[in-house]
Amino acid sequence: MTFINYASREINCKIVYYGPGLCGKTTNLQYIYDSTAPQAKGKLISLATETDRTLFFDFMPLELGTVRGFKTRFHLYTVPGQVYYDASRKLILKGVDGVVFVADSQEERMDANIESLYNLEENLATQGYDLNQIPYVLQLNKRDLPNVTPLDDLSHELSRKGEPVFEAVATNGTGVFDTLKAVAKQVLTELRKG
Amino acid sequence: MADTPFILQEHQFQKLKTVLARLCVECAARVVFLIDRDGQPIAFHGEIGGMDTTSFASLAAGNVAATSSMAKLIGEDTFPSVFHEGENESIFISIIGRSLLVVVFDQRSTLSLVKIRSKRGSFDVAAILEEATVDSANYRLNQNSFFAEITDEDIDSLFS
Repeated sequence: MTFINYASREINCKIVYYGPGLCGKTTNLQYIYDSTAPQAKGKLISLATETDRTLFFDFMPLELGTVRGFKTRFHLYTVPGQVYYDASRKLILKGVDGVVFVADSQEERMDANIESLYNLEENLATQGYDLNQIPYVLQLNKRDLPNVTPLDDLSHELSRKGEPVFEAVATNGTGVFDTLKAVAKQVLTELRKG
Repeated sequence: MADTPFILQEHQFQKLKTVLARLCVECAARVVFLIDRDGQPIAFHGEIGGMDTTSFASLAAGNVAATSSMAKLIGEDTFPSVFHEGENESIFISIIGRSLLVVVFDQRSTLSLVKIRSKRGSFDVAAILEEATVDSANYRLNQNSFFAEITDEDIDSLFS
């Protein structure tokens, strides 16, 4: 839920990165964190297991600039991708303003992508949201690997509503900011539409 | 569609700050926070030192979300409050509708005092937030609102 504070003149929005385990959600946030000026970001919080798998969520606040005198702050969250952390994923979707689905382009991860996308639709519905109505971007990650599904096939399989689709290599930052910009823009446009 | 935005007007923010300032004294607390249940910090009063309040708010909301789900698993509707006791500092969190009242205190105070004072203060906080919720809905209906004035150029300028 977007929170607007007239006293501090701030607009706060929540964006959630969703996707199957090891698709690169945390890597997206890590790249954004590493590439952003210190004054524009807060700490990157990772609630992770001892083996660095996301246990609950990763979180970082990011300030993009001002719109009509209001600071726009985006709170970026990831969910844990592993199937058995579904209860945590539901909690993190509460109050979401925009969603990025990070797909793993490797051929052998196609089923995991599809399962995770269905899981996203279900969990959004549980919280009273409809994927077709919410700001949403599809990111096809790991495009640098040799065994990737062709772009058209992957888009055809995972695209839901003509949403913006970006190819990405989150480890080197390719497509990371394009994805973030696309979802942030949709969130602000939605705010304007009312 | 995402939820309707929650809009806090300046006079409501100042009223909340006044309530939090009073609570901070009454609880003999180090700092008192008001946080949205989705993890957005709303207001605080007290000594924060170098604390990262944005991260604190996010983690407090995550904490309450997790314990509320645990409550359901054992047949409770929710845990209306959560307490974490540290060696020097402790945290008491109580749920007020869509928000969380978080009191950070040390040995100068006690859990029972914080509980009693928090409960009293929560009525004032709830009344202000209710007013803001009603105002938010009305404000959205006004076509001349601030949001309708945002242009494509305004949005694009953020990413230039």
